[in-house]
Amino acid sequence: MTTSTPSTATEGPSAPEHPALLPTPSQTVGPYFAIGLRWLTRPDLVPPGSPGALRLIGRVLDAEGRPVPDAVLELWQADPEGRFPPESAPGWTGFGRCPTDEEGRFAFTTVVPGPVGPGQAPHADLSVFARGLVQRLLTRVYFPGADPERDPVLAAVPPERRATLLAKPEGPGTLRFDVHLAGEDETVFFAW
Amino acid sequence: MTAVTERYDPPTDATRGLHPITTDPVPEPTVQVGTTTLPMDPPYRAPLYRSSLARCPRQPLVPLPHGPTERAAPLFGEGLVRPEDADLTHQHPGEPLGERIRVTGRLLGSDGRPIAHQLVEIWQANAAGRYAHQVDQHPAPLDPNFTGTGRSLTDDQGWFSFLTIKPGAYPWRNHPNAWRPAHIHFSVFGRAFTERLVTQMYFPGDPLLEHDAIAGSVRDPKARQRMVARFDWEHTEDHWCLGYRFDVVVGGHLATPLEPAS
Ligand SMILES: [Fe+2]
Repeated sequence: MTTSTPSTATEGPSAPEHPALLPTPSQTVGPYFAIGLRWLTRPDLVPPGSPGALRLIGRVLDAEGRPVPDAVLELWQADPEGRFPPESAPGWTGFGRCPTDEEGRFAFTTVVPGPVGPGQAPHADLSVFARGLVQRLLTRVYFPGADPERDPVLAAVPPERRATLLAKPEGPGTLRFDVHLAGEDETVFFAW
Repeated sequence: MTAVTERYDPPTDATRGLHPITTDPVPEPTVQVGTTTLPMDPPYRAPLYRSSLARCPRQPLVPLPHGPTERAAPLFGEGLVRPEDADLTHQHPGEPLGERIRVTGRLLGSDGRPIAHQLVEIWQANAAGRYAHQVDQHPAPLDPNFTGTGRSLTDDQGWFSFLTIKPGAYPWRNHPNAWRPAHIHFSVFGRAFTERLVTQMYFPGDPLLEHDAIAGSVRDPKARQRMVARFDWEHTEDHWCLGYRFDVVVGGHLATPLEPAS
């Protein structure tokens, strides 16, 4: 079931306890994930209306531009000081989970994350799970003000595709981030 | 007198649904690591899995250097999960019908280390192959005593253990006469956001496995075997339940070495 790699004599007595293992492959969440995942639906990383709260809204669209009504998104980001649990502010989980509705729409409430490292523009990681996706898709949401030349991840993305990673202001306190699984405006997805 | 012959139905293009799906010019998905090109497995465009075709990305994936966001992971330790959430057989006044099983395993990193106190979520069909979900129209009975959802935090050695019933096979619309092998959906979190994984656990000896477009989306047969639980005497309990062992190993595409546990 698993493959071990030989340990070297210099690794000490605890080394054989932890042979390297081959990963379990990914599979789709299928059409019925809601029964297993909806108990932890958490669209609000902060209470709506709290200081600095903004709405991050968008749609998930397929290769033909049709809405994807059976997706679930997971958002993961630092607090306003750039920290993650357990170092982050009390009550900060940094984690959001939101299913799409019948129009493919989702909506999180969050705040602009603080800088997490040198040159890293404020961003959140966003996972997309859906029927038809054998693995999650992983992308990044960049908040307004990101400098594509300074952020090491944006800099590695072909310039003509960077705009797909930038959340766009849409009225006061609202940002839009549409996820195009494929098609002309295909969102940049990452290997991790 | 006719002799009883053993009959074996090997997978064909029709049973696997190959024939209705035409090829389109989607490039073979790959991951670029430095100068090395690696195949994705499973690839987003899974030729036998019809729903993947309109939803798979066409552009190559961009390797994501692991920064602080990717190296951290959500924590779920604050009384979110109760011990009884790992028992799917006592969520209703009566007991569900079906074959009672215990699924025990460990959550591990690809470095071999156990992942402690992390969230494992499962969902599944009932013994008749029907989900307690409004979209499921399979004409098999719902079980009023079975919802089919459970969750658990791993212990300090990465162990989890669910008491449930064996799910039934069920039909789906991928192609004519398509049936999913019995399976339990698993969703796990790791020590890093790169270790987030959703997979499915299959049962040993299931004749539907080799016909299945979803299990078959994984091209490497050895990797497919890592999704198949093994029958487990150690966790089989006399006059109570059969045991299955299923370990879940999480690791990212890019095999970036993880920092040693502190
Ligand atoms: Fe399923």
